[in-house]
Amino acid sequence: MAVTAPGVDAVTPQDPVAGSAEASPRRLRMRLLSNRKVAVGLVILAVFLLIAIIGPLIAPYDPSRRSADILQGPSAKHWFGTTHIGQDIFSQVLDGTRSVMFVGFFAGVVATIVAVLFGVTSGYLGGAGGEGLSAVSNVFLVIPALPLIIIITTAIPTGGDWVVALVIGLTSWAWGARVLRAQTLSLRRRDFVEAARATGEPVWRIVIFEILPNLTAIIASSFVGTVIYAVMTEVALAFIGVQGLYEWNWGAILYWAQSQEALAIGAWWWFVPAGLAIALLGTALSLLNFGIDELVNPRLRSSGSAAVRDYSGRRVRLRVGFTPVLARGAGPVPAHATEIQSADIQVEDGAR
Amino acid sequence: MTTLSETASPAGGATDVVLEAEELTKHFPVRRRLRAAFSGERPAVHAVDDVALLLRRGRVTALVGESGSGKSTVARLLAQLYPRTGGAIRLHGAETTVRGGRRFRAYSGKVQMIFQDPFASLNPVHTVRYHLTRALRVHDRVGRGRAETEAALADLLAKVQLTPPQRYIDKFPHELSGGQRQRVAIARALAAGPEALLADEPVSMLDVSIRLGILNLLRDLKEQMDLAILYITHDIASARYFADETQVMYAGRMVEGGDSESVTQQPAHPYTRLLIDSAPDPDRLAAQAGGADPDQSASLDEGTGEVASLIHPPSGCRFHPRCPHAMQVCTAQVPPRFEVAGVTSRGADESGRPAHWAACWLYSPEHAGDAAGAAA
Amino acid sequence: MRYFAQRLVFYVFTAWAAVTINFFVPRLTPGNPVDSLIAEYQGQISTQAVHSLTVLFGLDKQQGIFQQYISYLGQLARGDLGISFHSFPTPVSSVLAQSLPWTVCLVGVATVLSFAIGTLLGVIVGWRRGSLADMLMPITTFFASIPYFWLALLAIAAFTGVGSFLPSAGGYDPGLVPGWNGAFVASALKHSLLPAATIIVTSVAGWLMGMRNMVVTVSSEDYVTVAHAKGLSERRVMLGYAARNAMLPSVSGFGMALGLVVGGTFLVEYVFSYPGVGLELVSAIGQKDYPLMQGIFLVITLSVLAANFLADLAYMALDPRTRREG
Repeated sequence: MAVTAPGVDAVTPQDPVAGSAEASPRRLRMRLLSNRKVAVGLVILAVFLLIAIIGPLIAPYDPSRRSADILQGPSAKHWFGTTHIGQDIFSQVLDGTRSVMFVGFFAGVVATIVAVLFGVTSGYLGGAGGEGLSAVSNVFLVIPALPLIIIITTAIPTGGDWVVALVIGLTSWAWGARVLRAQTLSLRRRDFVEAARATGEPVWRIVIFEILPNLTAIIASSFVGTVIYAVMTEVALAFIGVQGLYEWNWGAILYWAQSQEALAIGAWWWFVPAGLAIALLGTALSLLNFGIDELVNPRLRSSGSAAVRDYSGRRVRLRVGFTPVLARGAGPVPAHATEIQSADIQVEDGAR
Repeated sequence: MTTLSETASPAGGATDVVLEAEELTKHFPVRRRLRAAFSGERPAVHAVDDVALLLRRGRVTALVGESGSGKSTVARLLAQLYPRTGGAIRLHGAETTVRGGRRFRAYSGKVQMIFQDPFASLNPVHTVRYHLTRALRVHDRVGRGRAETEAALADLLAKVQLTPPQRYIDKFPHELSGGQRQRVAIARALAAGPEALLADEPVSMLDVSIRLGILNLLRDLKEQMDLAILYITHDIASARYFADETQVMYAGRMVEGGDSESVTQQPAHPYTRLLIDSAPDPDRLAAQAGGADPDQSASLDEGTGEVASLIHPPSGCRFHPRCPHAMQVCTAQVPPRFEVAGVTSRGADESGRPAHWAACWLYSPEHAGDAAGAAA
Repeated sequence: MRYFAQRLVFYVFTAWAAVTINFFVPRLTPGNPVDSLIAEYQGQISTQAVHSLTVLFGLDKQQGIFQQYISYLGQLARGDLGISFHSFPTPVSSVLAQSLPWTVCLVGVATVLSFAIGTLLGVIVGWRRGSLADMLMPITTFFASIPYFWLALLAIAAFTGVGSFLPSAGGYDPGLVPGWNGAFVASALKHSLLPAATIIVTSVAGWLMGMRNMVVTVSSEDYVTVAHAKGLSERRVMLGYAARNAMLPSVSGFGMALGLVVGGTFLVEYVFSYPGVGLELVSAIGQKDYPLMQGIFLVITLSVLAANFLADLAYMALDPRTRREG
């Protein structure tokens, strides 16, 4: 018969295209951190988390304590100034961080859990059960969440942060569920799920250990998105005066600022810090989300603004569909230019 | 010259039957358009109709067909990944129907499958170690303690010639080449200690230079472990190289079968002849260039050339729209299997060797003469 | 056609679900303030109004729940949403009829504008990889994270005040009578500039990022390369091939955003005292005006559905794959 060639491809050196070094958990984390945007986002987030934990302890004053220093601008004594009844705004901001972070993350967790339950189950089941679950999540998707939240929280005024977080979480899961369902549907048809079945794995193991790990990026992104949304919603609710005003969340600060017409009387310091804090937190979370997006879809990474010169020394602007000639013959190619060029022709994992 | 019964009993006990399919049928229901819902008809994709297969210990049976012929469906039906519409599947002679749970696990411990796409069949987030350990664990072959597990893993990798095992055990699928991944998939199938291996186009997505290595690996494994292998492919040439027995499928039905040498060298069914002739053959091309009859192959496919629709398959023999020798009876009745006369090639003393048959009216006793003329 | 029918069925089903939720919510909340309010206003409400409120809020304990549901549906079909308490005795439907156009005009136009600007910028940013187009990302992210009521208040502080061009509150000059005359329309436009601008600034970023991501993904597809190879001008390829395909998810998102027009931006109205539906909702909540709250919620839900349905129609027109039969 023919000459056998055992182990030829067993000793073949690894295919460089196939080994794009992405999915190993260790390398994944390092990749995430090395992205500058993500690193910045994480640092800011960490600061906020720290403040949430120790804020009330390090606040110089009791945020509700009145004093005689009425409507003072920022000073050494009051870093962010004071309110119309002499309360220290800096302490209020510090104190409010805890409530905001708690509601944001708790709502995020609730919403993500529900989204995973509904989305993955409906995607994996298919058939009537799957369609039914999908219909439920579509209904929740279309019903406007904010008015519903307002109505419910008005009906249950004495709930505190838990209730608000729960309500926000239970009304904002639908979008994540929809995305997860679509992804699960496409994953379910992949061969490795069938292979796992053929190996004899039970259904629950397939869902948890085969399908879910492939969804981590989407789940993480959905979680971060929900946290952003929950923070914004909670602040908005407090600003309108819907939520209880016993705890100093940032929206409450703005509520008082608005009702006392802070801007009209020129007390900008009452107004600015809380808003900036919200914007910073939102930005940090969004940057984190971008990082996750770019990790999953390497094409999205910005190629930076390194100047690229072609072989004749002219500056070249990289754009879609255009491949500049960077070097001729056996000349050396500048290292960074190769990097940029490979970003244009990056091969996606799994492409042969 | 007589029709064969569907289940050929082996003459001797040397090669006993591991897995057997009889009258295997699978129809997939198709979503009906609103208007059709009222007319009462229920369209279905007739993916597999009346398929009979025998897998014997230590033998390779090839199932050859084009895309859409239903061969992958046959593999999944044999692996019992989804329920069949009709027919019987017998493991060691005992009929089995398993839907899930413990019985399915027991069945999958005997019958394992290898998939076509080596990248898609391995979960990209799990290492080789995870894949193999899970397969061992599900079938209780993982041993006690880490040392035994490591030994079992090393043993599996050695069987598929991925040595040294430390080099591959902790890699992710995307870090391996196509051939390596397929070896891992084979190792995963072997972890269950199966008796039958259903290989669904195991080399179709690999580079041509690597295919031989994988096929040789499968053959070595078959001999070492006395496996029964079902080799599904669209490439009839590799069937001749690798398989002992070849069956040809078209549009969900089996049209020809027999030992590989006979089927590929003296194809009886017009479809098989079409398959063989469509593979470029340097000798034939040279002969044509030298002035031999150029119309020989051109006249073979005079039909529409279109693949039969599986939702509304042609009546009678499903190949008749494309067949240059179609007769009246071909449009009316589905042909049963007829033994092909006078084409046994090798020595006739081997017992249990499958006879060469074709499901074609050309080989029925009434038309024996036409068959001889058409086989030129 | 199939796609259309599917979506239609879905929207009808959701509308029914929304109406039913609306039916159950007041019956589930503890206590029944409507009862006490009716008692308070005794004699001032017409019997007809009392009856409609009874149907809406389930005050008639003798009727079975199913019977209540039927009467509720019937009443809704007649367009009777009860009487608003805090702008007593105006019926809820006329309160809504008055305020809805303001909201739709202001926020609708602002949403359309931010969608248009954001998507166009997104296409450009996505097309030109590298360079300072990518610097735009963190900046727009920051702006997107700013709560717009905060931005709105700052804008008021910065741009309005005594003697400035832009007014700080209201939908139109208090002295004018609403009508289709030049002075009124001009005043209305002037009053809508600042609110619209703040909405646009904070929502452009979202469209921009979404579109950019899609354009980046699409521009590596083979058909774009073929278009280039055919020799088409860059702008043609960018707009006619890449943008056309990349736009599809944005269109779906736009449908949802339009839906949010009525429901989500009442903060803006609150800050600017703009006489739209959102403002009514806020005051209704403050005054515990349940009939108005319910009515507004229902209207918001139904307009979200309508907007989404329109977006689906647009999607159907844009994406030929949905028109495939069977």
